[in-house]
Amino acid sequence: MSEINDIIPAVALLLLLMLLVKPMGSYMHKVYQGERTLLSPVLAPCENILYRLGGIDRDEEMGWQRYATAMLLFNLTGFAALFMLLLVQHLLPLNPQNLPPFSWQLAVNTAVSFTTNTNWQAYSGEATASYLTQMAGLTVQNFLSAATGMAVLIALIRGFARRRAATIGNFWVDMSRGALYVLLPLSLAGAIFLISQGVIQNFAPYQTVPLVQVFSYDKAQVDEAGKPLTGTDGQPLLATVIVDQVTIPMGPVASQESIKELGTNGGGFFNANAAHPFENPTPLSHYFEILLILLIPAGLTYTFGLMVGNTRQGWALLAVMLLLLAVSFAVLYWAESSGNPLVTRMGVAGPNMEGKEVRFGLAGSCLFEVATTATSCGAVSAMHDSLTPLGGLVPLSLILLGEIVFGGVGSGLYGMLAFAVIAVFVSGLMIGRTPEYLGKKIEVREMWMSIIVILTAGVVVLILSGAAMITPAAVSSMANPGAHGLSEVLYAMASMANNNGSAFAGLNANGSFHTLLGSLAMLIGRYVPAIAILAMAGSLAGKKYVPPSLGTLPTDKAPFALWLTLVILIVGALTFFPALALGPIVEHLTMTGGK
Amino acid sequence: MKDIKPAILLLTLFTVICGGLYPAVVTGLAQTFFPEQAHGSFIKDQTGRVAGSELIGQPFSTPEYFWPRPSATGEFAYNPLASSGSNAGPTNPAYLKTVGERLHVLREAGLSAPLAADLAQASASGLDPHISPAAAQAQIPRIARARGLNEEVVATAVTSRIEGKQLGFLGAERVNVLALNLQLDTMSP
Repeated sequence: MSEINDIIPAVALLLLLMLLVKPMGSYMHKVYQGERTLLSPVLAPCENILYRLGGIDRDEEMGWQRYATAMLLFNLTGFAALFMLLLVQHLLPLNPQNLPPFSWQLAVNTAVSFTTNTNWQAYSGEATASYLTQMAGLTVQNFLSAATGMAVLIALIRGFARRRAATIGNFWVDMSRGALYVLLPLSLAGAIFLISQGVIQNFAPYQTVPLVQVFSYDKAQVDEAGKPLTGTDGQPLLATVIVDQVTIPMGPVASQESIKELGTNGGGFFNANAAHPFENPTPLSHYFEILLILLIPAGLTYTFGLMVGNTRQGWALLAVMLLLLAVSFAVLYWAESSGNPLVTRMGVAGPNMEGKEVRFGLAGSCLFEVATTATSCGAVSAMHDSLTPLGGLVPLSLILLGEIVFGGVGSGLYGMLAFAVIAVFVSGLMIGRTPEYLGKKIEVREMWMSIIVILTAGVVVLILSGAAMITPAAVSSMANPGAHGLSEVLYAMASMANNNGSAFAGLNANGSFHTLLGSLAMLIGRYVPAIAILAMAGSLAGKKYVPPSLGTLPTDKAPFALWLTLVILIVGALTFFPALALGPIVEHLTMTGGK
Repeated sequence: MKDIKPAILLLTLFTVICGGLYPAVVTGLAQTFFPEQAHGSFIKDQTGRVAGSELIGQPFSTPEYFWPRPSATGEFAYNPLASSGSNAGPTNPAYLKTVGERLHVLREAGLSAPLAADLAQASASGLDPHISPAAAQAQIPRIARARGLNEEVVATAVTSRIEGKQLGFLGAERVNVLALNLQLDTMSP
């Protein structure tokens, strides 16, 4: 019975999410159609000022090439600004801890990571980033990378919805309206709610507090170069350190926390991310953050349905997402509640609690980890490296499928639409019908672009994981021996190439190999599919509408939803099964076989 | 290339809005409505001295205090400047050895099997302020002996500190170790 009580909140949260899909989707539909919304009285003046100062004609339409160019230029500018900010943070205000600048490799990695909506973190927030960096650098890109992903999706949907058109919208308007009308108000409300639960929000310097019980520990002595000193007997030289006070970090956490979940960014203010009590203090804040992660990706399926003139098309995709999410949650919950047999054998009762917080409860932790990897969020409230082998397989697989189960804001649904195009095409071949989707003929160009969207990340993951296995520097970065080490590397490459940002964090990702090659993986994984999507949008927009006939496969019905699910699983399994067999599956067998 | 100008200008404007105004407004509202939470939920001991944050665990290790979960923070346990989990994989021999050593210490301290998983395994943040009710109850005899208190008195203190599920159904039942230990210090032997 306890399991059922444990799972009730997870089921309740998904039901609440389903209730929010329609209002959220309708609101975003109004935003992207340029209509007036509830918030227009406040935000329309802001929007007009943005366009006037930015020299933007809101009625100007763009072809796909120009849309893509504007998107790339905007992201490049964002990268350059963030990169420079990271290098000079020590010269700027709002740095009460006098933190030094980032190294250039780390700055490249971090700037790429936040502009691509990955939020992979090769650094520890509380020890590396100033308040100004967190706000004016990282938080800003949390908004803008999310708004960029949504804009690309909207352009693709317009491609399906428009007929014989040469244009797919205006990038500046789509991006600005997404950030201003969708992300900003929701983040503001979310941040206030999180503060009510105990998430901190201040600009105070770090606070020193005395410990209730003083303790001491032996610290290895090092010389000036940082090398460990040894005594005359060759043993490491130790000195007893007495700890009677600790320093507790402060900062504007809540304002970043809410957009990091809402924009499926995932970069934590602190190293421990959403497991840190200042980022996620209570069970309620925890479930609220899960809701924020899933809210926009779920709502966008309804926006999609409205824009293509048939909301059942959106519900069909949402059903596929919900099915895959529910199965993933069930597997993860089963694996973790079974515990680690190697630990249980020593006389420990209960689930696998390594890397989990008590307050969230087991089902809560599992739902968060599934939501964060089903989307491109990558925030974590439990440490994925310490999940049981089959438990760890779940987030890894969700990322490898391309984060299309809800997915990143915008990017998840455009990935799912690419899969839908492929599913339509394959079924068309099998039953001898003309492949059409949403009234548009699927031809060679659409197939090329869909395949690029789906396979880019997989190719990058497999090549880079292979490269890491034969590079000594990369091999020595692994924290855990054996099959688990392979899982760590595979997870890191998957996470970066798919712009997730979570990690099997034992891997030392701060070496040059991982920071620089990882940056490349993030760039390819973000922009190659995004440009392919825009190219497909341009090509679809120019086509005429083909009304459904007897020869048309209905794509808003259950059989198609099931077929789409199978296509996703088959493509994922064909691409990654060998690697997964050598990592998590071998580890599971060694664990249960007792070696 | 006429899109370079809007790229730079929009980035600047959004940096002002999302990176300046937005955090400032959130901070202002936080200071007005939730000042204590916004500053870290600090709590005081019986003498009125700040004793830490109720959200950030502390490394209790002497017999007269309830012990928190193992912590994998950098440099020393429960170091708030270096939040971290162990990131140990489930089959890592070094990790299994560590768990074995922890269990040995717990058994030496009089805790009997089976032990609650949260006392044997490190938390995700390394700063987890809570333990499960079972983990607290298992420590009652040790505390009572060390403090010369009646076991029932300590048990009552533990029971009064068990936080139920939030809203009756969210999360897990838990005990805040720092708050419980501060309460112990107010109890005379």
